[in-house]
Amino acid sequence: MKTETAQTPVKIYPPKPDKVYFYGTCLIDLFYPDAGMAGIQLLEREGIEVIFPEGQTCCGQPAYSSGYHDQARSVAASQLNLFPEAWPIVVPSGSCGGMMRQHYPDLFADTPQSSQANAIAARTWELTDFLLHVCHIQLKDLGEPTTVAMHTSCSARREMGVAEVGPQLLSQLANVTLVEQARAAECCGFGGTFAIRHPEISAAMVSDKADSLVDTGATRFVTTDCGCLMNIHGHAEQSHKPIQGEHILSFLWQRTGEAHS
Amino acid sequence: MTTDTAVRDFHPRAHAALNNPQIRANFRKAMDGLMSKRQQAFEGWALDTLREQGAKARLRALAKLPELLEQLETQLTANGIQVHWAESPDEACRIIREICEARGAKSVIKGKSMVSEEMHLNAYLEAHGIEALESDLGEYIVQMAEETPSHIIMPAIHKNTGEISELMHHKTGTQRSQDVEYLTASARQQLREKFMRADVGLSGVNFAVAETGTLCLVENEGNGRMTTTVPPCHIAVTGIEKVVEKLEDITPLLALLPRSATGQHITTYVNMISGPRQPEERDGPEAVHLVLLDNGRSDIYQDDELLDTLRCIRCGACMNHCPVYTRVGGHTYGTTYPGPIGKILMPHLIGLDEGRHLPSASSLCGACGEVCPVKIPIPKLLVRLRREAVDGDQLHPSQMSGHGVKRQRFEVMIWQSWAWLNQHPRLYRLATRITTRLRKLQPHRLGAWTRYRTAPRLAPKTLHEQMSERQRGKPLAEVKR
Ligand code: SF4
Repeated sequence: MKTETAQTPVKIYPPKPDKVYFYGTCLIDLFYPDAGMAGIQLLEREGIEVIFPEGQTCCGQPAYSSGYHDQARSVAASQLNLFPEAWPIVVPSGSCGGMMRQHYPDLFADTPQSSQANAIAARTWELTDFLLHVCHIQLKDLGEPTTVAMHTSCSARREMGVAEVGPQLLSQLANVTLVEQARAAECCGFGGTFAIRHPEISAAMVSDKADSLVDTGATRFVTTDCGCLMNIHGHAEQSHKPIQGEHILSFLWQRTGEAHS
Repeated sequence: MTTDTAVRDFHPRAHAALNNPQIRANFRKAMDGLMSKRQQAFEGWALDTLREQGAKARLRALAKLPELLEQLETQLTANGIQVHWAESPDEACRIIREICEARGAKSVIKGKSMVSEEMHLNAYLEAHGIEALESDLGEYIVQMAEETPSHIIMPAIHKNTGEISELMHHKTGTQRSQDVEYLTASARQQLREKFMRADVGLSGVNFAVAETGTLCLVENEGNGRMTTTVPPCHIAVTGIEKVVEKLEDITPLLALLPRSATGQHITTYVNMISGPRQPEERDGPEAVHLVLLDNGRSDIYQDDELLDTLRCIRCGACMNHCPVYTRVGGHTYGTTYPGPIGKILMPHLIGLDEGRHLPSASSLCGACGEVCPVKIPIPKLLVRLRREAVDGDQLHPSQMSGHGVKRQRFEVMIWQSWAWLNQHPRLYRLATRITTRLRKLQPHRLGAWTRYRTAPRLAPKTLHEQMSERQRGKPLAEVKR
């Protein structure tokens, strides 16, 4: 389904670089490091050297969305110095990518770090977008025939403008059939603290999302963001709905894995 | 009756709505229909360009709002339309009552007007012995049911045909029917008689054109035309932000409004009202009034960012596309304007204190901002209001009345600790490392989260650890699980 992008500025993709900074995000760090490793290995297979700044923690998004901008700014400020060279910063998440690309400029407006924040925003990329449009990745499918559904996170879709990217990457996999769920563009109900502050509304949303994924007939879905993954997968598991999720990067790496180069 | 002062009961109402299968089904069905109609209506249009034009027209008007309002008053007065200014809903109500009383008017027939809902005008007039009858079908149904609108464009969208038929049967003796045409015809007949007898017609305004002194009003049922032409006196009410500079500014806005709202290419009626009946004319009201209501709008106007709230053309597309609104329906919000626009507008009208639950009731999915015909950055404004509510930015101290109302010491402490940890990478790595080592002890219950989901499982080794092991030369196979 074609969707119009509201605030997404025009993207100008850089030429393929030798090196990138990898910003892993806190959810990947703690809960889904395999998705992070998969992303790193996909980049490396494309001949890119991946720099993983040791000082990375969190982009500041949770505090920012909750209105605690002082705290968000102090955390984000501690991240700004992690990327001294002009290499692109790739993020395996639409949400954290969106924070850095769309919200850092606002967060640091009127501060001494403003121009630094703007520069970082301009070279932040969502990882699947980067693989497709900067690396021009060509995937060779090594897996058994399978069917998957995909949920693109709202931030990947609307802040990073990458709604078409996941499906395009999956379509490169010869043995993978992608099925689309009803109301594909609708939010899964995660929304960070929203899921805690408004648990019942969030639950109604994730329940509908899981149902529409199940209705596709697929037993597996992939997604761009760990928040959605935790939410949808966790709900399906708790209510015994026959669908399991994984990060799209893990899926892509498994399908095209180690043997492929 | 739901009023703006009952906003605080958001959670219990959400709970009730979520557990009401009829409400859930009515909204889901209606919103699905509206979303697909909108999409079809814009097919073949350069929508981004059009939205850009719409946004520009509104921005230009807001940039010189004070001047345009003056110009509007001058032009309207020259056209014979009497202009009244009201700072508060109470004042607006009083002005309307005085106009009615001066004419000895006992009955008012109303076209659709959300500003009159904002004023709770019907209740006020009734209390002063003046009958107020809604003539828009949706409003008519809502009034009959003694409810409030659940949607700004389709006030009775929360009811299905069966429920409406039952209500009409009960209240007016109309035969029960699933035939919408029949029900409509029956309502119309009853309304026609009222039109003929009404002393005053009251309507809203979609756009007030400063340059020409024209009031533009769009509608589908013809009741707007009748309201503004049949009774001897017409009173229009609107918010001060509805002004546009030139007649040509309406062009993109008129292309956007019906398509965004109901998926129509054009509304059945587009009324351009430029004055009372002239001596040589055979119909039209002998007197026309415009009441311009502020009600907090000029406060919004003072703030460069919040100002965007005033661009709104009240199309309702943001609620049609809102996953929260679709689940809980319009009445849950307990405010005149529900859904995303309500969440960013109402805190200004009723105070952040009363409206404190509104900005948080969003997953910030961005669907509203994506469809808004005048490109209001709704999610950004929601975050701004959250910031105001917790007084969360010392660089940009809060200004709104009621700011800081949600600031709680405990919550601030949590965010401060979170920020402290995340600013100390070594400690962060140590803490996450210890956390993953203790993953066997991870609680299975995490409050609200695990009521509906399993808890996410901590990985055996963080990405940080895996990467540092890798750098120290451990082979990858070992690093991978
Ligand atoms: S905020 Fe935008 S989408 Fe919502 S009612 Fe106003 S104009 Fe329409």
